[in-house]
Amino acid sequence: MFVRLSAALAAVSLLATPVLAQGAKPTDPQIAHIAYTAGVIDVTAAKQAIEKSKNKEVIAFAKDMVRDHEAVNVQALALVKKLKVTPEDNDTSRSLAKQAAEKQKELAKLKGAAYDKAYVANEVAYHKAVNGALQTLLIPSASNAELKSLLETGLKIFEGHQQHAEHVAADLK
Amino acid sequence: MLPGCKSFAILSVVLGAIGSVPAHAETIRVSIDKLVFSPANISAKVGDTIEWVNDDILAHTATVKGDWDVMIPAKKNASYVLKKAGDVEYYCRFHPNMKGHIAVAPK
Repeated sequence: MFVRLSAALAAVSLLATPVLAQGAKPTDPQIAHIAYTAGVIDVTAAKQAIEKSKNKEVIAFAKDMVRDHEAVNVQALALVKKLKVTPEDNDTSRSLAKQAAEKQKELAKLKGAAYDKAYVANEVAYHKAVNGALQTLLIPSASNAELKSLLETGLKIFEGHQQHAEHVAADLK
Repeated sequence: MLPGCKSFAILSVVLGAIGSVPAHAETIRVSIDKLVFSPANISAKVGDTIEWVNDDILAHTATVKGDWDVMIPAKKNASYVLKKAGDVEYYCRFHPNMKGHIAVAPK
């Protein structure tokens, strides 16, 4: 758990560091890319869970993640199109994607209850990290009002996911 | 006299139908915005309709464990007619931390 938590905190600092190092906040095209990437990562993790898990509650949670993150990303894509913003790849998106790929490999080796616990614990930590980044960095940095509003809606949704994941984690104990 | 009786009978049947069916049944709206049912607590009677207005970009449900389940698609409305009296706790199956309460009085 501590390892996962520290990994989550590392993810938060990864979100903040490259940007702070440049002494500038992320731009809207970068924020859009980070938010979209974060959503895709959770959908990928959920699809793996739907394939691997045999636990009804875990599978239901994973299906909720696919449904919600895909819905949010559809909105995000529609918004960037409307605003004529091209999402811009950046160090934060890249490190998020790299960490997620490593985590997926690690989870792929697990089975049964061990997998369920590890997946759900990671979902708790991941949503915590993303919510922290939304609150402290992405939302305050967004300059377009519609983007800011979508990120705020996202934060509400992902806070719900975090609580849901915590609930599932408690049931698995 | 007979035709008059007949039309009176029809009239009373029609009036009876109007009197007994919807009577005071109401539609009570509950909005859903950013994963919150509002108002979260409502009072209603058997026969009333609850209409959920989903402003979210996500699908939700209004579900009572072991009883009814209403799908509420993103940006759509859905409704349910209350069938029995009692206190009802409902929640969203997709977002279990979304909760609502209906105090249902008998007709």
